[in-house]
Amino acid sequence: MERITIDPVTRLEGHGKIEIFLDPDGEVANAYFQIPELRGFERFCVGRPVEEMPTLTNRICGVCPEAHHMAAAKAADAVYHVDPPRPAKLLRELLYSAFYVTDHTTHFYALGGPDFIVGPDAPAAERNILGVIGKVGMEVGGQVIQARKNGHNVIEMIGGRKIHPATAVPGGMTKGITEEQRAEIEKIGRWSIEFAQFSLKIFDQIVLGNDAYKEMVLSDGYTHRTYYMGMLDEKNKVNFYDGRVGITSPDGTRVGTYAPAEYRDWIAEHVEPWTYLKFPYLKKIGWKGFVDGADSGVYCATPLSRLNNADGMATPLAQAAYERMYETLAPKPESGGKRIIHHRLATHWARLVELLYAAERMVELATDPEITSPNVRTVPTEKPTEGVGCVEAPRGTLTHHYWTDERGVLTSVNLIVGTTNNYAPIAMSVKKAAETVIHKGVVNQGLLNRVEMAFRLYDPCFGCATHSLPGEMPLQVAIRNSDGEVIEILSQNC
Amino acid sequence: MSPAAKPKVAAPAAKSAAKSAAKPKLAIFGAASCGGCDIAIVNIHEHILEVAAAFDIVLWPTILDGKYSDVEAMADGEITITLVSGSMRTDETVHLAKLLRRKSKFVVAFGSCASEGCIPGLANLSSSKEILDTAFSTSSTDNPDGIRPVWEYQAPEGVLHLPEFEPMLRTLDQVVDVDYTIPGCPPESKQIWAALQAVVAALNGTGPLPPKGSVLGAGESTVCDECARKRDVKKISRFVRIQQVAAFDPEICLLEQGLPCNGPATRSGCGALCPAVAAPCIGCYGAAEGVVDYGARLMSAYASVVEAQKPEEIDGILDGIVDPAGQFYRFSLASSLLRGSKAAWNDGEKQ
Repeated sequence: MERITIDPVTRLEGHGKIEIFLDPDGEVANAYFQIPELRGFERFCVGRPVEEMPTLTNRICGVCPEAHHMAAAKAADAVYHVDPPRPAKLLRELLYSAFYVTDHTTHFYALGGPDFIVGPDAPAAERNILGVIGKVGMEVGGQVIQARKNGHNVIEMIGGRKIHPATAVPGGMTKGITEEQRAEIEKIGRWSIEFAQFSLKIFDQIVLGNDAYKEMVLSDGYTHRTYYMGMLDEKNKVNFYDGRVGITSPDGTRVGTYAPAEYRDWIAEHVEPWTYLKFPYLKKIGWKGFVDGADSGVYCATPLSRLNNADGMATPLAQAAYERMYETLAPKPESGGKRIIHHRLATHWARLVELLYAAERMVELATDPEITSPNVRTVPTEKPTEGVGCVEAPRGTLTHHYWTDERGVLTSVNLIVGTTNNYAPIAMSVKKAAETVIHKGVVNQGLLNRVEMAFRLYDPCFGCATHSLPGEMPLQVAIRNSDGEVIEILSQNC
Repeated sequence: MSPAAKPKVAAPAAKSAAKSAAKPKLAIFGAASCGGCDIAIVNIHEHILEVAAAFDIVLWPTILDGKYSDVEAMADGEITITLVSGSMRTDETVHLAKLLRRKSKFVVAFGSCASEGCIPGLANLSSSKEILDTAFSTSSTDNPDGIRPVWEYQAPEGVLHLPEFEPMLRTLDQVVDVDYTIPGCPPESKQIWAALQAVVAALNGTGPLPPKGSVLGAGESTVCDECARKRDVKKISRFVRIQQVAAFDPEICLLEQGLPCNGPATRSGCGALCPAVAAPCIGCYGAAEGVVDYGARLMSAYASVVEAQKPEEIDGILDGIVDPAGQFYRFSLASSLLRGSKAAWNDGEKQ
């Protein structure tokens, strides 16, 4: 059987490899998306004091340490049965909103956006941040750098460090912010709202103004009908920091919501022997393999999933952007009553709607009268036991679950990390993209572009180490004969 | 494959030669890492353009471009300088570190993982079997048959390979010869920029080449020397945990307020960021200059602030450190004299 290995050059780091097998007719027989790395946090965090988890688990991912920092702090709160004072929660969410602005900006301009802004068929060498700047102007490049700088400055003001923050502890935060810092953060928030609106305008002009792109977004090759997951506030609007986790079926029915502590009633993880990563699925539906539909437990947890699952956005400008997106791509409700967008490339659009929400939320929080309160800590008084902490990471619902002894020293740890939620959907999207472009053994450069796009819309961060930043995710495809010898090498991004 | 299917074969070597001219070549490679080191480099912001002007960046998989095959095709020593972040966790990362060593004049252990093992080095407290068993039997894992990843798996369509998980996590210098170290988890961006400027000056002949083995982008003293908090104010009779104290005095040394802070054993260079926000130094810049064993140095620093007359009293107070292995070797276990626990050593005899 002929075999095609798609090896992101990040395989240099041991971070993800796609094996496509062709049948004797040259059609795709199967595709395997392997994650070749494991670091073992669930084992070596045992024995550590629970208050260290926010800084230890930062090191799971240097791209989204803020998500681990917050999930860990919330789990540690729960372990101690302590509710932090309101100002501490506001500060955590403010840091987290600034992080979302930074992270979604990076993805749109440097990672996923180039496919659209420069064009999916543009030469690979141009499909990167430099190509984006070439197309939309140097000034935008400066703004992207500014947006990242701003975000990291806010993270440092509240978290103490730009990467791997240090201030969230069981019961709250180690410190508050000054009025001067607050004013600076508010200013950055207002700037970010404009930047997000500007980004949506770019998307509007370049993607929606182009029939060929629209057709690609709506094409079957990039469409999947799975369950969708995301965190909801008390009004069932999208929230990143706190709330219940909701699940909506492919036919638009919200089948349930759960409090973080109940996650195991809803989620289980399937194991395959050919990869180091597990495949989470909906326990109540069951693991039926890598298939779409309401009978398959496969779910997706992405910006698009969060919007599909929610009733809308909690801030006015983001809500308007949300309405426009659904009116454009899914004007009619599904049989279950909710409007659902199954076109996975719309994840990029959803990410921009979330960018706007995060910026608006920054301003809301920065102008809350309590945000500069020094009352940021509740000292726990109860015996530590067990706790679950959950936040919505940019790449999916993040769950930390800790068990401790009576001293608050960890005896067991369970982590379901953002991107992991999407492992099965990504594997399915990769296979579908391959099936769409490979026929009768014909493989060409288009395969790389299209498979890469299927992969990248999820903004994957596998093993929380696979992250690609400004520029391409370089791919190399080795085509092997049945003896495993490489007979051709296709490379992209050279 | 039919002739119609014949793909265009890229010729990357010619292209990279054309764009390189005579600039020194730079490679940036992440082994088992979190990506934070790459973000820290990107966070030198506009200076990144100066780096791109000074070097021909031949490999930076997370950010730009570069392929394994390009590196293999290079002459030995062709890359002027390679920054390696991340630790050595699988046979694949070890192989690539060796390849890059061969192709590079200078190799830099960049960040805590490469230089001392970092937090993932705590994996060396367990055997690799324990690590895999834990990951694949957590309470949300549905795995009645006890499936574990296998290095070679016979799928219906063909054989699938995974890199082998090594018994012990290793630092870069336990695998290849290292010329320089840039510490930190991650290194502070302004320090990265300072180190890169020094390297550029040395290459241009306008500055000295640091002696082999130098630590770049950091100070020679301890975090305490950079910390604005006042020391030698008081002694402690017990250790406290951060969640037990609603607010620490903002001006006095955290250690002297009973919070186990790693400042006294940790190299300066970060600017004492964590103590500035009332969080203890956790030691991410590694051992201070001249320290042979990080944990031993920290332990003696703790003993010196303890108010006790008899050894038993000191022992009693030190019992307040609930996780000695983590407290004293949080970032440096893999590079410590012990390197790991008995379980990992038994498992790692082949190394």
